[in-house]
Amino acid sequence: MKTVYKRPSLLKEASFHYCPGCGHGIINRLLMEVLEEMDLGAKAVCVAPAGCGMLLYNYFEIDVIESAHGRGAAVATGIKRCRPDNLVFSYQGDGDLAAIGTAEGFHAANRGENITVIFVNNGVYGMTGGQMAPTTLLDQVTTTTPLGRASDLAGHPVRICEVFAQLDGTSYLERCAVNKPAAVVKTKKAIRKAFQRQVEGCGFSLVEILSPCPTSWHMDTMESCKWVDEVMAKQFPLGVVKEVPCS
Amino acid sequence: MKRLMSGNAALGEAAILSGCDAYFGYPITPQNELTEHMAKRMPEVGGVFIQSESEIAAINMVLGAAAVGARAMTSSSGPGISLKQEGISYLVADELPAVVVNMVRGGPGMGNISPAQSDYFQATRGGGHGDYRTVVLAPGSVQELTEIVPLAFDLADKYRNPVMILGDGMLGQMMEPIDFDTLVKPADYPKEYLLTGAEGRCARSIYSLIFDTKLQEEHNWKLHRKFQLMEENETRWEAHLIDDAEMIVVAYGIGARIAKGAIKRLRDEGLKVGMIRPITLWPFPGKVLRDLAKSVNNFFVFEMSTGQMVEDVKLSLEGKGQIHFYGRPGGVVPMPIELYRIISRHMLQAQAGKRKKR
Repeated sequence: MKTVYKRPSLLKEASFHYCPGCGHGIINRLLMEVLEEMDLGAKAVCVAPAGCGMLLYNYFEIDVIESAHGRGAAVATGIKRCRPDNLVFSYQGDGDLAAIGTAEGFHAANRGENITVIFVNNGVYGMTGGQMAPTTLLDQVTTTTPLGRASDLAGHPVRICEVFAQLDGTSYLERCAVNKPAAVVKTKKAIRKAFQRQVEGCGFSLVEILSPCPTSWHMDTMESCKWVDEVMAKQFPLGVVKEVPCS
Repeated sequence: MKRLMSGNAALGEAAILSGCDAYFGYPITPQNELTEHMAKRMPEVGGVFIQSESEIAAINMVLGAAAVGARAMTSSSGPGISLKQEGISYLVADELPAVVVNMVRGGPGMGNISPAQSDYFQATRGGGHGDYRTVVLAPGSVQELTEIVPLAFDLADKYRNPVMILGDGMLGQMMEPIDFDTLVKPADYPKEYLLTGAEGRCARSIYSLIFDTKLQEEHNWKLHRKFQLMEENETRWEAHLIDDAEMIVVAYGIGARIAKGAIKRLRDEGLKVGMIRPITLWPFPGKVLRDLAKSVNNFFVFEMSTGQMVEDVKLSLEGKGQIHFYGRPGGVVPMPIELYRIISRHMLQAQAGKRKKR
């Protein structure tokens, strides 16, 4: 009998705490699938964020360190420079990477640190209850933009991949989504490529993943999956944003 | 062989000789010579050096380095240490070792770049958020500064807690002949918490998020018991001419050096003044002051601030004795003769008051 679906060996037998319809569970699973397939679980060190992804150590059967809010890329830098043979990746949300941790992410990217950032973009601060994130779309209603995000008062949604693409230190940047099976498959490929490039020493890689947050978007699961394609991906176009040959 | 070096550079060299693997720093005066020394020397010894984008990034790089077993250090001055406090709190909570250097300058705010002792509260009360302490070492000379560095790394590893070296702009900038020959590299401690990849073992994690209040309370008490052990075992001070003293000066760091000069003059005049110089500002050598208060009535606290350590002296003396205070904040460094005049006036007034009471 052929096994077609199983729990990745690197995923602990714990229940995810994520809300129904949330993309984090899929992304967590993909990461462990990829590490298992690449046989890198014993070499991997994950830097968990402050935010919905902060309990990764409850799910991952790999070494995990928690980072202060936004400091993931700096912590990952400290680890990677001291242990270059480990596979080091930070897992960061949009508030974490694109607001409070912009400096740490930007400069790790600019230095070309040989690390991978898994950037989960759901357009809101999920853990704290659905406040505006730097990636919140214009007119999107959140608890801190009750009339919708207005650019004159609250700025514009930040496209991290496109910003980081300007930095000579970045090697591979791709934006994916986990709102439908085909997109999940593409995301897995992107994660695999990012890790492979780190193993080969190509420098900074980042995979941005558009991830539904039905709870804070006040939508049902199907609606939020559609919304990723129909609304969110207009602001955040999917695909490879930058890929430079590995020197 | 002695080498003439600035305090900042000497501290860096002492760190390298102590086995410092990784240094992360951001420029700020008056500690730049330390960052520059590490930039030059770390690549030579196969260590890691990064000029970070901020003090916040530097302390978090230290946290990452400490989690994988590096002997890691960062340095800054007042305003930058304020930024590092976030990471210092996490290091304590995560029980990770690190050495943090503060070459204090005049504050608050931007302040200036002159020597000051105004970060005493910040250093000795934890400084960041939460319920914690760090050992604070306050060297009084460039030679002592170099001797304190291996101790700082040792204490950090021993207690799995960050250790702060509290200097000041003068100590960092002044050049003195230094002897590194006696420097002993601290021992390596077994570290079974390191995140080096789960090769042949179960996965590990390091975190400080503890939702369960009872577990968080227990974690706080666990840390507290470590702080109690530090208080029991790591309190350090220098006693100077205290045997016959009728007045005890309490001063630390470069302030104590100025006070020593003043005491020499006071002794020349026949005034029996001695000094307790706390070397650890936390844990504070309160017991030695309490014991001295059995035979000495007058304690003179000198600080290059408006008065911070004086509160610890008051707490230590538990209402006993007469406490005198003289402070010069804002980056002003008084000459020994100024302090001599002030101390002698206080002492003569105290003696006159004592005669009157009789």
